[in-house]
Formats: sequence, C-alpha cells, structure tokens
Amino acid sequence: MPKEIFELQDREVWDGNYAASQAMRQANVDVMAAYPITPSTPIVENYGSYVANGYIDGEFVMVESEHAAMSACVGASASGGRVATATSSQGFALMAEVLYQASGMRLPIVLNVVNRALASPLNVRGDHSDMYLGRDSGWIQLGAFNAQEAYDLALCAFKIGEDHSVRLPVMVHQDGFITSHTAQNVYPLSDEEAYKFVGDFKPVDDMLDFSRPVTYGAQTEEDWHFEHKAKQHKALMDSRPVIDKVFEEFEKISGRKYKRVESYMMEDAEVALVGLGTTVETARVAAKQLRDEEGIKAGVVAIRAFRPFPFDLVRDALENVKSVGVTDRSSPGGAMGAFFNEVSAALYTTPKRPLVTNYIYGLGGRDFSIEDAKNIFREQKANADAGYVTTDIQQFSGLRGPKLGFFQTKRS
Amino acid sequence: MQDIKLKATEKRGLHELEAGKDLLGWDEVTQGSILPSFEGDASNIAHLKQEERDYSHYNSYTATVASWRVVKPVFNMDVCIDCQNCWVWCPDTSIISRDKQMLGIDYDHCKGCEVCVEVCPTNPKSLLMFNEHEDIENALSQWPEKKKKEKK
Repeated sequence: MPKEIFELQDREVWDGNYAASQAMRQANVDVMAAYPITPSTPIVENYGSYVANGYIDGEFVMVESEHAAMSACVGASASGGRVATATSSQGFALMAEVLYQASGMRLPIVLNVVNRALASPLNVRGDHSDMYLGRDSGWIQLGAFNAQEAYDLALCAFKIGEDHSVRLPVMVHQDGFITSHTAQNVYPLSDEEAYKFVGDFKPVDDMLDFSRPVTYGAQTEEDWHFEHKAKQHKALMDSRPVIDKVFEEFEKISGRKYKRVESYMMEDAEVALVGLGTTVETARVAAKQLRDEEGIKAGVVAIRAFRPFPFDLVRDALENVKSVGVTDRSSPGGAMGAFFNEVSAALYTTPKRPLVTNYIYGLGGRDFSIEDAKNIFREQKANADAGYVTTDIQQFSGLRGPKLGFFQTKRS
Repeated sequence: MQDIKLKATEKRGLHELEAGKDLLGWDEVTQGSILPSFEGDASNIAHLKQEERDYSHYNSYTATVASWRVVKPVFNMDVCIDCQNCWVWCPDTSIISRDKQMLGIDYDHCKGCEVCVEVCPTNPKSLLMFNEHEDIENALSQWPEKKKKEKK
C-alpha cells in the first residue's frame, strides 16, 4: 500500500503529460519499464518520482532502450502485473517489434504515446507518423484531443484492455507539445473513485501462478499461425462494445462522455472534415465560425478509437454529407493518406457515396490554423456544389512552395 | 541394453510435431497461443520425476521428434562412470538419469546432435553415434576397445 497521500484539488492545471502520469499513479501501475524520449518523458519520470516518494507501491525499471522497455513490460505483464509505459517517435519505432509480441500474447499493457514526427529530418514536434506505425500492431488505439482526455482515456485504457473478454494492449495517444506540454484545466477523479473505476488487476495465465505453469511465445508455423492471428483480430474487433461500455461507466462517475466516433454539428452537415487529435478542436471552431459567417453547413467527425477502426460508425456519421475532407498528419510515403483510405473504404459501402478528398497537413508540428481548416471546408463546399471533386484528390495543406497535389477524379 | 521406451509414460512421444491431424479452428486455439504445461494443479511439480508428471497435450513431452534423427547415440552401461556430463549438456533433456545413475536415452526427444558423445570423458566413450536404423544390441557388440595413450 502507498505510504503517502497525494493531495489533489477538484480542478488542477496540468499538461497532458502530467495528466497521464496522474492516471498511472491512480491506477496503481505495478511495473513501469521505460526509456525517456521527448515529448513523452515526463509521464514516466513522474511515475518514477511517485514510486520514489512513496505515493505508489510500484516498480520503475530503467532499461537501455525502448525495445527493452516494451520487452520488460511484456515480461511484467505476463507475470501478472498491471503494466504501463510511455514513448514517442523514434522510441515508438524501436518498440514496434515488441508491440506485436504484446498484442499477440494478449497482454493488456497501457502505452501512453505522445505523438511526434519520425526522422529523418529529425523533429521533436507533434505529428501522427508514430501513431500510424502502430496501426497494424493489434493494439487498441485511443486518441485524446486535450489534457483532460489524456487523463480520462488513460484510466479507461486499463479497464478496457484488462477486461477478460478483451485482454489486449491499449495505446492512448496525445499530440506532442500541443497537448503534452500545454497546461490546461483538468478535473481529476479522487484516488478512490479512479481506482474503484479501474478495479483490481485480475491476471490471466500469469507466469507467477506456480500451480499452472504456462508457455508464452510459442512458435506456430503455417498450420497454426493463421488461426491464432484470426482469433486475435476477432478479439480486437469484439472490443468495440467493451469500449462503449467502459465509456458509459466513465460518464457515470465523471460526467464526461466519450464515443468511439465523436460527431460535431453533423446533424444537418453538408460538408465534413474528418480528423484525429488536437486538429479536431481547431476544426470544430472553424466549422462553427463558417456556419455563422458564411452559411456553410460544416461538421466535424473525430475518431476517438482509431483501432479497432469504427468502420460502421464512420459510415453512419458521414453517409448523408456531400463532400468529406479527410486529414492525414503523417507523410503518406507514396500513397494516399492511410486514414483517407480507411474512411473512403467505409464511405464506398454507403448508397450515396459522398465525395472524399485527402489533405496532408501539419507534418513535424506545422501549425494547423482555424483558417487552414476553413479552407478545407470551403473546398468541400465547392465540391458539393459542383457534384465532383474540383481539386486534386490528395493535397497538401499549409505547405510552402508551388501547390502540390496528386490524382484527379475520373469523369467520363 | 536399454529399453527404447525407458521411463516413458503412455503419453511420451504420442504424436509427431508436424502431424496434420488434430488441427483446431480459430475459435478453438488458446488465447495468445499461451500453452499450459500440465493437467491439474502443478504446485508440487518440481518434486516429481518426469514419469510421475501429468503433462498436458501442449507439452513437448507428448510429442516426438524421433523422425528427424538420422544418427542416434547408443549408451554403453559397462563403460559409464555416472559423471552426469551428458545429462548436464544435453540440450533436449533426453538423457535419463535417476539418483545420479545414468540409465539411457529418451529416443522420443533426442535429435541426434552428438553433444553427449562429445562431452563423455570415458575411454572408450560410453556414448557413441550409430545409424538410426542400427539395432542397439548390434551397436553394443561393435564397441571399441580402450585406447592406449600415444607416446610423445
């Protein structure tokens, strides 16, 4: 049991990193193995200080790399403890191999990812290239748009991942610096409320159960591997109602309501912007202003649960708009943006098939302004009026130099 | 001459590892491909000998890899000094020893790597490699004589 009581106010001024670290403390994380990297360092650093100062009964394991950090997390989780860590960018990339081990072994580790661009060129600011790198890793991926959400979703992450019908690792994403280093009002739960919500860790197949020794990390070749991966994929798909249930329970104690897809002013929207992370809040302000100032019926669809991808909810949210701009904050590397592709696939299965275009924006932390968002809405309005995509299908928003874009709509 | 099924329970080496039967569907495989080693409560397992343990069908004890082997070690009890070197070095726990007395080879799990022969210190060796199809009795009858020290 912790020796010291951490004093909390009803309202605190925390940045996203501090908020996430408080959630780690309140969830009584047993083991955190971590390697520091900007901008996520304060999350693990703070947890270490909570342990050292007696606020939490846990173990902070210093390791030599992020690969080792996630490996130690896998070991601790397989042993039967509540386990979490944090990383960003290059550290996330170095973890990538072990991310697949964690999900394949169905270990409910919580990873706070403070989104940051991937080098080269080196950059410490926020974009979503590290988050995208994890999108096939079999983890649940939740996205926070501000510090409060980074705190709330971190608590939800334990409850979702550790649910015995899920048993999958969960990432909680927040945007580097914009969320992680911006102090905002955060309304924390009391330690008692938070821990009661998360609940005691109930191990499954734990290696410290000496009455039932188990093998982790078995080899499966072509005769077994496929079945195991299919079972894992089904578990990830089936986590959707559990995420919904945990969000409902969280609303009951906090008053804050989360959904896997968050729609803003979509009831009568003619055009929409689909986004992730802090961009969502900018786009909401832009949509509101455009409605008031220019009469454009703009709405915003934000993805809270990037994985499992809410294919059906995205479709439901967007099927009645005329034109959709999908924003990708990751260099697409020779393709359309990955998020654009996923949203487009969902929309292709609707009867009306809205027009869809792709905006690459905000790489390496390039500011995405309200005016940038408005321009996207205005172009969607032009598409809606024309009945076809009037611009290049993939464009770059906020880029210096000659206009850059790829592919045009095929019209007979 | 050792029994080919020395100390084996009825479960040892039941199935071939690469066998195409008993393949389960995605809904039947274990979560996270995590495999329990024993049936029932195994709290006391460290104090039980192999033949006393209730291994689960996931445990490699119940599988055999004998078909991979092309040469096999044969154990000659008459030369052995029970030093346990082979037992220590065998990478597949295929040396069967009880109360520090070497008894023979687990031919369901031995892969024929020859490490036991390499580390055997006796003269002549107490373990020698023979063709997989060589009869054990026949192999023992061909055992070499003690080598004399070469003069320098």
